[in-house]
Amino acid sequence: MKRTVFPNRWLPYALVAPQLAVTIAFFFWPAFDSLRLSLYRASPFGDRLIFIGLGNFQRLLSDPAYFRSVATSFIFSALVTVLGLAVALLLAALANAKIRGLAVYRTLLLWPYGIAPAIAGVIWLFVFHPSFGVLPYLLSFVTTYQFNWFLKGWVALVLIVVAAIWKQFGYNLAFYLAGLQAIPGSVLEAASVDGAGPIRRFFAITFPLLSPVTFFLFTLNMTFSFFETFGLVHAVTQGGPGDSTSILVFRAWKDGFEGLQLGYSAAQSVILMLLVVALTAAQFRFAEKRVTY
Amino acid sequence: MKRSTLTMLVAAALLAVLPATSIAATEIQFWHAMTSVLGERVNEMAAKFNASQSDYVVKAVPKGTYPETLNAAVAAYRAKQPPHIVQVYEVGTQTMLSSGAVYPVYQLMKDHGVAIDWNDLIGPVKSYYSTGGNLYSMAFNSSTPILYYNKDLFKKAGLADKAPTTWDEVETMAKKLHGAGVKCAFSSAWPSWVLVENMHAYHDQPFADQSNGFDGLATTLKINGPFGIKMMEQLARGAKEGWFTYGGRLNKAEALMTAGECGIFMSSSAYIGNLTRAAEGKFTWGTGSLPRLSGFPQGNSIIGGATLWVMKGAKAEEYKGVAQFFKYVASTENQAWWAGVTGYLPLTNGAAKALEASGHYAKNPNQKTAVTQMSNGKTTPNSQGIRLGNFTSVRDAIEEQMEHIFSGNKTAKQGLDEAVAKSNEILKEFAALYK
Repeated sequence: MKRTVFPNRWLPYALVAPQLAVTIAFFFWPAFDSLRLSLYRASPFGDRLIFIGLGNFQRLLSDPAYFRSVATSFIFSALVTVLGLAVALLLAALANAKIRGLAVYRTLLLWPYGIAPAIAGVIWLFVFHPSFGVLPYLLSFVTTYQFNWFLKGWVALVLIVVAAIWKQFGYNLAFYLAGLQAIPGSVLEAASVDGAGPIRRFFAITFPLLSPVTFFLFTLNMTFSFFETFGLVHAVTQGGPGDSTSILVFRAWKDGFEGLQLGYSAAQSVILMLLVVALTAAQFRFAEKRVTY
Repeated sequence: MKRSTLTMLVAAALLAVLPATSIAATEIQFWHAMTSVLGERVNEMAAKFNASQSDYVVKAVPKGTYPETLNAAVAAYRAKQPPHIVQVYEVGTQTMLSSGAVYPVYQLMKDHGVAIDWNDLIGPVKSYYSTGGNLYSMAFNSSTPILYYNKDLFKKAGLADKAPTTWDEVETMAKKLHGAGVKCAFSSAWPSWVLVENMHAYHDQPFADQSNGFDGLATTLKINGPFGIKMMEQLARGAKEGWFTYGGRLNKAEALMTAGECGIFMSSSAYIGNLTRAAEGKFTWGTGSLPRLSGFPQGNSIIGGATLWVMKGAKAEEYKGVAQFFKYVASTENQAWWAGVTGYLPLTNGAAKALEASGHYAKNPNQKTAVTQMSNGKTTPNSQGIRLGNFTSVRDAIEEQMEHIFSGNKTAKQGLDEAVAKSNEILKEFAALYK
């Protein structure tokens, strides 16, 4: 790797200082504060702060509902990441073809990323609302099955998975498209000459060459589905029905900001943080070995 | 030249940072959670107060939903910049009472020599927000659930133009509506508040121990008794047979009624305003008292809504202004106007009489339904209100289990038992905080 040498010793530090200040103020400080708060039973207005050690963690780990929430989060995250990347790769491959009006398609495909998760949630709410949504109305002509996700947990989960994939789709597509265009045409042509069909070419050449992009998107989508889908869940299902869409980040928010059980909520965010750090570390440790740069 | 430009820039920046208050009037921050039409009414009330005198300026600032407003107040108080007045929903009452962060309203009024005839407050409001006979927060917007029905759909199903008065009637009528092809024969907004909290109080059944938390911090819910189970079993049967449509948490189900799809519906009396506007020219509707379940005694419905809390940490001069503002809020004239334009209950007997005398109720009979329902009820330890710590989380635990019951995942007893177990744990956390 190329090393830049600065003439002045302090200049590099001065240059990274603003970014460092932002990271400390908006990440490390709150994170440490959560860590501290997770050891207390705290009252909303701060008049009571009782040290209870690992009491909050004990309360969480003895609650089956919390483990259900962990499971829901993993299922949700896995579906959003795997399906989301598969769909994005497929459409990127199609959008990479030489067809008329390509720029228009590309722009349209990138659009959803410009929408905030909460707004995306509201849009999907309108499409899927059991009473006045468009889709249930259309479905009612085909089947008598009631897709009422106010009461059916699996429908609610599918709904937020689809909405999250749609929301993240433009971002994934942009990276895959860039990745595809960086693949030298000569390699693919050589493969064609050797008699490889389009599918063989894709799996033997394109997909391995895209592995750095896939790895990057995989990590990013996982983090997205663990944290940033909060707005979506908040707008659409509120964690229900029952607790079927109550993913960890939503639960932590609900207990902290609505329930005002601050210590209990801080303990949840600490566990959530540890989980995601562990997952990311594991990916770098194991999955990155399969990545060819 | 360069230096003078810099000085001017600095001066301009400083001026921009300084709050733009006039020197004469003391500013009073009033954070509230009223949106759309209700928010405009609050602004109107503040403007009228500001115009009535020149010493104080009340600034009404909307802070989002009720939980968001409470959250904003918590954060501001911790940052030592609390608003003078914050509107907190009834669910947050115990949190505020225990917080040590509030200046009790009765004390505020006494300290500033402002006399309000507290005895003129209507009973349920006074009992809900008083401790030891003293009012801790200023009653502001109170409502109670009532029954709504869609007259057009009743006609379509061949039903008489009359609201059901018992749960048996609700069931028979809803079945007829369902049979006539009505998509939502019966539904209710605010599932826990209407179908659990209010139904217990309305039938003089305990909701929690310690007289629903009025005699001390409650630690046990009582909703899995014979009454609660019977109520939930009927609703679960309705969901299974199709005559009860669950429409979601909070007031989400109101969308169904507003769209003209529900035959029978229950929600807050403050929903009248929205329904009036939405139904205009589309369908006709009426109201009635909440239905009764036979075999259980008469209690009273309880109130929801919010009150105004005064936060500690401001100057005496500013509190004087708060006291003046509250005096204005409680005045018969203001109360009659407020109840008339919003559909909330008039908070004083004087205001109720004034509305009656002015012919307001004769013109708007639906607005009288809640008043009649409450005056027909009996105030008992079970129906004076509910005061729980961490109530938001408790309500959430209940609604989570209601969804399991309505979807058939659990029986009424299983669901309620689990709601109680979970709630008790949440209540004990709060009790441990303030033991």
